Amino acid sequence: MNALQKKPMSRDAKLTLAAAVVGLILLFVFDSMFDRFTMQIFKLCAINIILALSLNLINGFTGLFSLGHAGFMAVGAYTCSLLAMTPDQKETNFVLQPIAPWLHDVHLPFLPSLLVAGLVAGFIGWFLGVVALRLRDDYLAIATLGFSEIIRVILTNTQSITNGSLGLKGIPRYTTMWWAWGSAVVVTLFLVLLIKSSYGRAFKSIRDNEIAAESMGIDVFGMKVMSFTISSFLAGIAGGLLAHYLTTIDPKQFIFLKTFDILLIVVLGGVGSITGSIVAAIVVTISMEALRFLDGPLNFGFMVTNGIPGLRMVFFSALLMIVVIFRQQGLMGTSEFSWDSLSRIGLLPKRGPKSGKGIE
Amino acid sequence: MTTLLKTVEVNKQFGGLSAVTALNMDVEAGEIIGLIGPNGAGKTTSFNLITGVYKPTTGKILFDGEDITGMKPHAITHRGVARTFQNIRLFKDMSVLENVLVAQHMRMGTNLLEATLRLPSYMKRERHIHERARALLEEVGLSEHEQAKAVSLPYGKQRRLEIARALATEPKLLFLDEPAAGMNPQESVELMEFILKIRDQFKLTIVLIEHHMQVVMGVCKRMYVLDYGVTIAHGTPEEIQNNPKVIEAYLGVE
Repeated sequence: MNALQKKPMSRDAKLTLAAAVVGLILLFVFDSMFDRFTMQIFKLCAINIILALSLNLINGFTGLFSLGHAGFMAVGAYTCSLLAMTPDQKETNFVLQPIAPWLHDVHLPFLPSLLVAGLVAGFIGWFLGVVALRLRDDYLAIATLGFSEIIRVILTNTQSITNGSLGLKGIPRYTTMWWAWGSAVVVTLFLVLLIKSSYGRAFKSIRDNEIAAESMGIDVFGMKVMSFTISSFLAGIAGGLLAHYLTTIDPKQFIFLKTFDILLIVVLGGVGSITGSIVAAIVVTISMEALRFLDGPLNFGFMVTNGIPGLRMVFFSALLMIVVIFRQQGLMGTSEFSWDSLSRIGLLPKRGPKSGKGIE
Repeated sequence: MTTLLKTVEVNKQFGGLSAVTALNMDVEAGEIIGLIGPNGAGKTTSFNLITGVYKPTTGKILFDGEDITGMKPHAITHRGVARTFQNIRLFKDMSVLENVLVAQHMRMGTNLLEATLRLPSYMKRERHIHERARALLEEVGLSEHEQAKAVSLPYGKQRRLEIARALATEPKLLFLDEPAAGMNPQESVELMEFILKIRDQFKLTIVLIEHHMQVVMGVCKRMYVLDYGVTIAHGTPEEIQNNPKVIEAYLGVE
């Protein structure tokens, strides 16, 4: 909580270290124990964590209602795939129209491809931010939504670069569990450090009261653009990971509904809570698979349906409505996990009264 | 004495309505100036014009010899102008301490990389602003509440937090918008003492809007009276008290 105090090795630090070791061991165990299908879901959890965190940075911490996330993911996914595929793989894909010559021979390892994907998405985010962040609230939401559709239309129509609506197939399966979870951990650490820094406070001040923030010397516009750019960068990284996880991408995957999926996670977890986003990302990703039986034939005893595709999504929509009506702050509100909170609910022994400085 | 703030024929129109007409203020360093007038006289609009929330339709605003007309609020704050708000505008979901820390962000001179990587140079500044924030909270008597959410404070304490936050930006000129609103006579007297104290301690120049005549007459050396956006009088408290135009604006005439 207070990174400023230097202590030899506090209880919290020990617990965090222990948790990290346990997490690492669990990853090893899962990796060797689960079948490939389960592992795929497990990897998707990590990718969704990155997406939820990046959307939460703008929507939750900076208070900007943006709906353009699918667009940034698409940019990241395409950039990363096109850079990481070998010239041969590209040739087999581009059957209608040959690939642009400048792109044909580009071939980079996964990590640089991923970083370039993030940078390209971040740059586009910066550009959109400079233009659209003059708008507020609903208007910003509409502008970013429109932008994400523009990206999709561009991807569909630049045949020689993106292979148009045919999409890209046979993308190398680089997103192993270590890549997915490694990235999720790095992104989480980065965001925790960012939010707890002076910049994080500045973001939150904009969310709480823009006029006051500006009067306290915060360059509100500059800060919004910064937050938006970082968020787009992270969405681009997640898009890249997703592409090498699915191995097949096409523009139709990045429609508005993709943004909605992430928004669902952010709202369920708590707008403005890193912990909430992580927990909700895992829960929602697993439930999406676990509830797949809802789409198939159902036997209610008195009647049998022969499969209603999309019934799963009805469940999530209903859940979202219930949360918005009864618990608007979501799972966590704006609070975060801390070891102190565990002692408060009795899972850990209480410490001396001196250290009781938790924020409710 | 040097002139710290000077407004030259500042006008502000909202559509056809003239909210402020020909505002000519001169504020010298170290002064405490009162801005009074009936409701809707354009007092807060004048504050908003000087602090950059609104852009003047015509006219010029000079601060410390520099033309700050039309600058963004944060740029004006950077030059040393701070304010509080009539309708309290705290960062409600942030803690009391964080509210004061945010106000020091611009003076930290840090960058994103340094801050996220927690480099020693950043940590040193962070420690410094924590110390300063705690000292300011001590000053306004909010030390015990530093971890409480700003919104959970009682009204009077929220006002004090607003002042602490404004002081954290290291201002030369401080605008207080109705600091005594909702205070009882005892609290008002304490506030007057507090205003005089911070003026001397932080070497401030203060402009305040206030309806409590006791407070204004008590601390202000000079004052400006606005009515319908027009400056109808300015002078010492004694001059203002006996000015027939001011009495007319406040009480009306038969």
